[in-house]
Amino acid sequence: MVYGIIRLINFAHGEIYMLGAFIALIVAGALTIYGFSGWAILLLAALLAAVYAAAYGYTLERIAYRPLRDAPRLSPLISAIGMSLFLQNYVMLAQTPDFLPFPALIPEFGFLEPVAHIIGAAEVVILVTSAVLMVGLTVLIRSTRIGKAMRATQQDMTMARLVGIDVDRVISFTFIVGSVLAAIGGVLVGSYLGQINFAIGFMAGIKAFTAAVLGGIGSIPGAVLGGLVLGLTEALAAGYVSSAYEDVFAFGLLVLILILRPAGILGRAEREKV
Amino acid sequence: MPPVTRHLLHAGGLALWFMLLALPLLAVRVDTLHNVVEWRWENLLWVGSGTFALALLWRLRAAWRRSGHLAAAPAAPGRLAAFGTRLFDEPRLYRPVLGAILAAALIFPWLADTYQVNILGLALIFVVLGLGLNITVGLAGLLDLGYIAFFAVGAYCYALLNTRFGLGFWPCLPLGGLAGACCGLLLGFPILRLRGDYLAIVTLGFGSIARIVLENWDEVSGGAQGIAGVARPGLFGAEFGLAGMTTYLYYLLLGLVALTVFVTRRLQHSRVGRAWVALREDEIACAAMGVDVARTKLSAYACGAFWAGLVGVIFAARNTYINPNSFTFMESALVLSIVVLGGMGSIVGVVLAALALVLLPEYLRALAEYRMLVFGAVMVAMMILRPQGLVIARRRRYRREGDA
Repeated sequence: MVYGIIRLINFAHGEIYMLGAFIALIVAGALTIYGFSGWAILLLAALLAAVYAAAYGYTLERIAYRPLRDAPRLSPLISAIGMSLFLQNYVMLAQTPDFLPFPALIPEFGFLEPVAHIIGAAEVVILVTSAVLMVGLTVLIRSTRIGKAMRATQQDMTMARLVGIDVDRVISFTFIVGSVLAAIGGVLVGSYLGQINFAIGFMAGIKAFTAAVLGGIGSIPGAVLGGLVLGLTEALAAGYVSSAYEDVFAFGLLVLILILRPAGILGRAEREKV
Repeated sequence: MPPVTRHLLHAGGLALWFMLLALPLLAVRVDTLHNVVEWRWENLLWVGSGTFALALLWRLRAAWRRSGHLAAAPAAPGRLAAFGTRLFDEPRLYRPVLGAILAAALIFPWLADTYQVNILGLALIFVVLGLGLNITVGLAGLLDLGYIAFFAVGAYCYALLNTRFGLGFWPCLPLGGLAGACCGLLLGFPILRLRGDYLAIVTLGFGSIARIVLENWDEVSGGAQGIAGVARPGLFGAEFGLAGMTTYLYYLLLGLVALTVFVTRRLQHSRVGRAWVALREDEIACAAMGVDVARTKLSAYACGAFWAGLVGVIFAARNTYINPNSFTFMESALVLSIVVLGGMGSIVGVVLAALALVLLPEYLRALAEYRMLVFGAVMVAMMILRPQGLVIARRRRYRREGDA
């Protein structure tokens, strides 16, 4: 979504996801030691992770992207890669280069007991959260004032500025929303897989981008569909071919989609104007 | 409010904001083994004071500029700067300097010990890689994040040909380069239509695919163990000791660097080179002027990949052992930051940046673990403060006859 509006790959998006997971882990760890329990930990950890991710996303945009808004396209791209490297190594040095065990933040539900072997509490929480976020995001973009401004900025930044939209603020807001979503994703995936380290963000960022491109840039149902297709392809490839080549299939899919249908499955083609 | 107070307040606010940002990651460490939370306030103090100083400097500089203290500087370039431009322009001036540098490089192995020569050799490898990527990124403006894959192609090409078929170093050297160039062409074809960021992400994908395949295709590439026992290069059957071999490889690399500099310099000012630069500046206008965009892009890819393949062969011969770990995204990022730091399209800049980025972490061992952190910060800072790089690439000027 961020990409759709400012037309720039945010290489650091995955790092925000990683940061979110780390902050949740630290908060949860500290709270456990100080004697909190259960839902309080999950909610506080997720909340703080989201708040911090938003703060990081905003700062990131101010430092690395805003000064380069009118620069040639290569410049923000390189600065994004720089930012991604910086954040990765910052977390590695500040915390640890090893894999950390992520606590199972999501408690088991009693009413799921009979079907526990098919679907666990973690899966339910992930599904419900994703659905809620998706609906929320659609509403935000379709029918709020700022959503309208976001769509306008996406279509034409100069025109949006001319009709009185504060483009800088819209982009900052977009970064904040995107970062919050990334952090929540990080917390969910972290507690689902049970371990995190400083490098998880890189692959995740690329896969998120793949999903977005796959579905069509700037379209929320497209992104969801893209995510599903990508996930299924990877899982099937890992199951039937070899798990070592999982990432190869993700990248292969991305390359194919970009070559055959650059607008994505649900996107519409755009013509370049001079 | 007097401006000084305002500056101080602003810097203080920024410092607080960054301290807040750094709070959970830098200050807290949860020790799950002993169930204690470790608070590291001293780290926070560092962040705070560092940000404060930087922000203050930044604001003072901006204020200074507004008040006209610095504005006069660019208008009247100092004598040093004038000498700098003349140095690059007039053969009478730059030839002796070039000769002196070359002479110093030539006698270096006699003055320094094997370790120094070895490190300088490694730096020279990155000089060639930087110059190669400079063609693709710096001249033609095609961001390639998987560049190290071509390096891997060269290295594996020699390692396989040598261990399986017993081919020597010298026939493999051009073969490695050609293999790299062919891969460049192969990858270039499908991604011709893409531009900018899509191109970057696809090249990144190709780079990762190459490494994953090398890691898992055990029968051919030896998997994660890599290939050992690659022969070192020979010289008419002469035998070298370890020190002799290091020196020999150093001279080999020096020769390759000289060749690369010479060829890229000639290319840059040739018809193809000017087409590359035109492509970088504006693709549509470039096509409108009758440049074959597809062919120009492909040639940029192939030329860049050729050097990577070539130096990959030397890398394999130098280490006598290769595995996929030498070809990760971090290496691609390192080469890219060499090009960015040096100034895109500038040969002198790329050479200097490669030497700096490889040699500095080598000599500042204590700071080695902060290396990538600093690289990342430098890449961002360079883009914002000085996007043209440390050494600005100069366009060749053409003079009419009788003008001079």
